[in-house]
Amino acid sequence: MRKTLLDSLHGPLTEAPPPPHEAALQELAESVNRAARARLGRSLSIRQVDAGSCNGCELEIHALSNAFYDLERFGLRFVASPRHADVLMVTGPVTKNMREALERTYHATPDPKWVVAVGACAVDGGLFAGSYAVEGGVKNVVPVDLHIPGCPPNPRQLLAGLLALLHKTS
Amino acid sequence: MIHARIQVNEDDWREAIDNLASGNATLLGLWADGSDVMMALSRGDSDVSVLGYTCRDGHFPSVGAKHPPAIRLERAIGSLFGLQADGAPDTRPWLDLGFWDVSHPLGTHAAAPPAAPYQFLPVEGEGLHEIAVGPVHAGIIEPGHFRFTANGEHVVRLEQRLGYVHKGIESLMQGASLDHAAKLAGRTSGDSTVAYAYAFALAAETALRIEAPPRAVSLRALMAELERLANHLGDIGAICNDAAFALMLAHMGVLRERTLRAADACFGHRLMRDVIVPGGVARDIAPDGIAALRTLLATIRDAFPRLKELYENTASLQDRTVATGVVKAEYARQFGAGGYVGRASGRAYDARRALRYAPYDVLSFDVPVLAAGDVNARVWIRILEVEQSLALIEQIIARLPDGPLATPIDAKGQREGLAMTEAFRGDVLVWLRLDDAGRVARCHLRDASWFQWPLLETAIEGNIVADFPLCNKSFNCSYSGHDL
Repeated sequence: MRKTLLDSLHGPLTEAPPPPHEAALQELAESVNRAARARLGRSLSIRQVDAGSCNGCELEIHALSNAFYDLERFGLRFVASPRHADVLMVTGPVTKNMREALERTYHATPDPKWVVAVGACAVDGGLFAGSYAVEGGVKNVVPVDLHIPGCPPNPRQLLAGLLALLHKTS
Repeated sequence: MIHARIQVNEDDWREAIDNLASGNATLLGLWADGSDVMMALSRGDSDVSVLGYTCRDGHFPSVGAKHPPAIRLERAIGSLFGLQADGAPDTRPWLDLGFWDVSHPLGTHAAAPPAAPYQFLPVEGEGLHEIAVGPVHAGIIEPGHFRFTANGEHVVRLEQRLGYVHKGIESLMQGASLDHAAKLAGRTSGDSTVAYAYAFALAAETALRIEAPPRAVSLRALMAELERLANHLGDIGAICNDAAFALMLAHMGVLRERTLRAADACFGHRLMRDVIVPGGVARDIAPDGIAALRTLLATIRDAFPRLKELYENTASLQDRTVATGVVKAEYARQFGAGGYVGRASGRAYDARRALRYAPYDVLSFDVPVLAAGDVNARVWIRILEVEQSLALIEQIIARLPDGPLATPIDAKGQREGLAMTEAFRGDVLVWLRLDDAGRVARCHLRDASWFQWPLLETAIEGNIVADFPLCNKSFNCSYSGHDL
């Protein structure tokens, strides 16, 4: 039975990737330099940081690893520590209670590094903008190289953004 | 039956506390509104009352002094409103981690004094050491802090500190239009966006004394069951993955993805966000939605039995989940733990059954209950509920009524409403007070996690540190839903 269960995962499910997102390519044009590209090749390690998300973005980020999107085939993988990461993927409006933790995570990530802000809240605070408890967007706390909007962005949108990053860094 | 709020004096408030402490009633929520503290409690499962008590000079008799499930709720009231629970066993702040510019943001709204260092409860003894984890964890999960005291590999004690994702949702709700507030409610916990929008809509409709039309009622339950299905499938895979059995995650990930795609095909959004609105639903199911759902049901019914068998017959997996992270039945009852946490520990409570809100009053389904209280039992409750949700979806689409999608809202006069819905992890409670113009004057949202997080502290005792991720995932409490 295990053999059939293993076999059934191969082949037919994994889908062709979307093209790199055009707007993302433009946003990235300024931030990714040649030296960094040479150093990283076509492989990026991503550390995800929830800075106040409702957890909707996390659900779709998780989906990137399922058999349909299979993120790792592109050389993109999620790692457990910022010290192992090239990319910080940050969700949420950045709550005041998470600001310090996000800053520390950013500083723990070695250069060269990129920050990808995921979701409407990470762009400008989204519906939570103006609250006493949020900073109102990731760029108000750490420099952001790429925004992937959406509430939440679906896995194809996430993939298109990340492929743009890969395209620019390789 | 949910009764309207009763304003009580101190004697009645204390009598209610005694009823909670003696187990004659279950605490459903404790929150504040201006200088009033409000308590929702149930006798039996289906008789829900709301008591209001007006504080004297900002003080009220502590519920937590006699009934521990209220302790964190009172600490949150203290931090958000500045109201003090007299006799409370723990007066440390909760949710307020000392980073806000204001203190008591829902109450006096004063400038925040310099934050005092937070004191974790002391644990003393030979050979004990502390392990501090979080707020940033190793996986793609929400932030929170766990302070373990361990003796060798064994956890002696766990203390949680939460509040890192506090966004001030209840403050943003104040003065918001019903439509805007419904959107905020749907972003309280993203995995339960349907359940929250559903509970918010029911609370608003109770306040406005209107009912959603029959087609909307059915579509709401359809979305709620799709959400439950997707989350349970994801959880079963993720729990097994935390026991290093990745094959189950791969298969459950495929079924979850198919469920989200069917939801997208039906309602135009994978998580079905912002579809349920006060009065009804914002859009109809797509014309080819029913066909997409029938395909989904057939696919899951084909694949799921083999995966169930795989779970049951994999000794290495059973070795990790059986007898790990036991929640005592007594604690589940005392804390009124909902969802799979309660039902895996003998508490046969499900808001769909207890309150029989439409259309669950006419749908046929079982509420599975187990007694073991371990990780394995929490997995099994989910497995059995996947099967129930499939049956419910089938029933709903077989008799989907025609007709309008929403009842017009004509809001006038101050009104209140309370509603509960059963999210995948347990009951969500929403209490709402509208002002003269039909805007939200105060809204309180209570996630099931409030009464589950403390039980995780008890469940990990005596287990090894390496089993914590497994126990934690089997609870899958919401950080955002709790932190608000």
